Amino acid sequence: MIIQLKRLAVFLGAALLLVAGSALADDKLKVGFVYFSPIGDTGWTAEHDKGRKIMETNLAGKVEAKVVENVAYGPDALRVIRQLAADGNNLVFTTSFGFMDQTLEVAKLFPKAKFMHLDGYKSDANMATYSLRYYEPSYLAGMVAASMSKTDTLGYVSSFPLPAVLQIINGFTLGAQSVKPGIKVKVIEVNSWYDPGREREATEALYAQGIDVVAHVTDSTAPTLAAEKAGKYIVGFHSDRAKFGPKSQLTAIIPVWGGFYTKVAKSVLDGSWTNAPVWAPMAEGVLDLAAIGSMVPADVASLVMTRAGEIKNGTFHPFQGPIKDQKGVLRVKAGESIPDKDLYGMNWYVEGVEATLPE
Amino acid sequence: MLVKLERRAHPSRVMVAGAPLAAAVLTILGGSVLFAALGHDPVLAFHAFFIAPVSDLYGLGELSLKATPLMLCAIGLAIGFRANVWNIGAEGQLIAGAICGGGLALYVGPSGGALLLPAMLVAGALGGMAWAGLAAFLRVRFNANEILVTLMLTYIAGLFLSYLVYGPWRSPTGFNWPESSDLADAARMPRLLAGTRLNLGIVIAPAVALLAWIFLARSYLAYSMEVGGLAPKAARYAGFSQRRMIWLGLLAGGATAGLAGVIEVSGTIGKLREVVSPGYGFAAIIVAYIGRLHPIGIILASFMMALFYIGGEQVKVTLGLPSAITGVFQGMLLFFLLMSDLLIAYRPRWTGMRRASVRRPSDADA
Repeated sequence: MIIQLKRLAVFLGAALLLVAGSALADDKLKVGFVYFSPIGDTGWTAEHDKGRKIMETNLAGKVEAKVVENVAYGPDALRVIRQLAADGNNLVFTTSFGFMDQTLEVAKLFPKAKFMHLDGYKSDANMATYSLRYYEPSYLAGMVAASMSKTDTLGYVSSFPLPAVLQIINGFTLGAQSVKPGIKVKVIEVNSWYDPGREREATEALYAQGIDVVAHVTDSTAPTLAAEKAGKYIVGFHSDRAKFGPKSQLTAIIPVWGGFYTKVAKSVLDGSWTNAPVWAPMAEGVLDLAAIGSMVPADVASLVMTRAGEIKNGTFHPFQGPIKDQKGVLRVKAGESIPDKDLYGMNWYVEGVEATLPE
Repeated sequence: MLVKLERRAHPSRVMVAGAPLAAAVLTILGGSVLFAALGHDPVLAFHAFFIAPVSDLYGLGELSLKATPLMLCAIGLAIGFRANVWNIGAEGQLIAGAICGGGLALYVGPSGGALLLPAMLVAGALGGMAWAGLAAFLRVRFNANEILVTLMLTYIAGLFLSYLVYGPWRSPTGFNWPESSDLADAARMPRLLAGTRLNLGIVIAPAVALLAWIFLARSYLAYSMEVGGLAPKAARYAGFSQRRMIWLGLLAGGATAGLAGVIEVSGTIGKLREVVSPGYGFAAIIVAYIGRLHPIGIILASFMMALFYIGGEQVKVTLGLPSAITGVFQGMLLFFLLMSDLLIAYRPRWTGMRRASVRRPSDADA
């Protein structure tokens, strides 16, 4: 009898603890993150995860994050996103375009949770899209690159001819031409976001053609390492990789997610979240140039910083007319800048880019 | 060599019963060590891997959804494998099927009627057959190795699909992302059960398995193929056409893989995109062998393989394990399973240290 009572007491105690525990957990906003690749040390997913950690620090005690890495695009992602929502993650970030349809499907199943999908174009009452205006820092990087080049052509290692990538390469080209009119940008596509072997080969191929500054829209450290080895210059992407290329990295185009993820989580906590699409500019602190390397003369750096200030305060738009495309067709008239809608779906290269697009 | 594998005269009765048991015990042991070493409760981990994913209707639906393409691809492959026709490129045939079936749906557009879906299925199967047929033609005409040809054709199919969704078939309203327009409702397989993603595919795949079973068990053609696989010289002596075997072996694999592709596009994905399969065509090779190249075995094996996939995801989500660790565990599972399976037909024999040390120099020479 006494033993049974004891067991009952233990049981009740445990139950109480569990209830208390879950009540405590309920106070926190659970935030889920879905990554398409393993987290790694540098690159796309590593930067998102850095941002996630900063959000957890900023909102300590108020949020609790859960991360699922290496989730395949397409139908399989649905299970992961759904599971996160079912586990009580009331805010879920799906950090890649390939999760669009599945995020939308889960959003319809869990109307109380909020979903943020990166780089897509479908949304719902509880699902918003978010994206960054990478072309702003890439314009600035183009200025640096052209200033440091002794030749009339720059190189770009590209991944896929997507609008977001075209914005970056076009922005870079316009920035370069603002310093050196007529300078060209030669593009090699490696058909992958992450393929160190091909990224290295493409970078080396560009250097072998006499090009002395290369930029890339891919995710690995290979281009930086290739530049360091060749004794040429590189403009990094996604992460500041100066430690891999102390002599070669001029600067890098980097996202800064911490503040953004904090802001979104806060808005869900205080109920001010809306499904308005976000296309965040540099001015909001979500994008930056990595520290400009010491090999870049001070006057170039200060010119770039002045331009950065103008982009941030809205007095300068990188896609300010007149802009012609590769075929010489006037795409943006003088005195105008490109409307967001055209920019978001950009499918043409500016004059001076040497690359072909699929028809 | 310290241990030598010898073929048993007869499959070991002890191992037939013991192999699955040994695999299970080894998996539990290995998994426990792995999860405990990472600071996770092994019981929770095993629950998340094997039980949580299938503990409700939705989960069972997902399991079936995942098993469908594996089952279809594996059945077609098994018909070829039995005749020693090594089709490694079911993945490419799946993509070809997706292109043909999906392309038809995009061509017809929203005006498609009730006949569209059956037409898509036929187009998908024909597409897969055409892709496999290329390998069959090259093998029969030029004696080109079908392992290499089918594998290489997989990359061609994948890049061709890329070309289509980046170029001519890109959705005009999709902000130039490399995807086709969403398929019209008439081109989508209706969902069978509310709350799940189950579609007609889960009926088609077992039906195909059943047909394959009847074909394999009852037809003279299948018998001649089997003889060709087991004893090629005897088959030739008996006058069985090797060409017919090659054509049939490859076309069967192409048809079912193509069907799997169009079912994925129509049932689950709903559009054409750069990647329509996470490697079902390759995983199906393992499924075919775990299922002992028998349709019923393949049905079971495809569900088991699907559970490995889904369980791995579930462990990642609930325990927050890195994906590499789930990969290690999935690999461990398969390794123990295949190893135990091997012991049914083979016997390990300890050949001793001395012989090993004597043989070492010649090994180095080689």
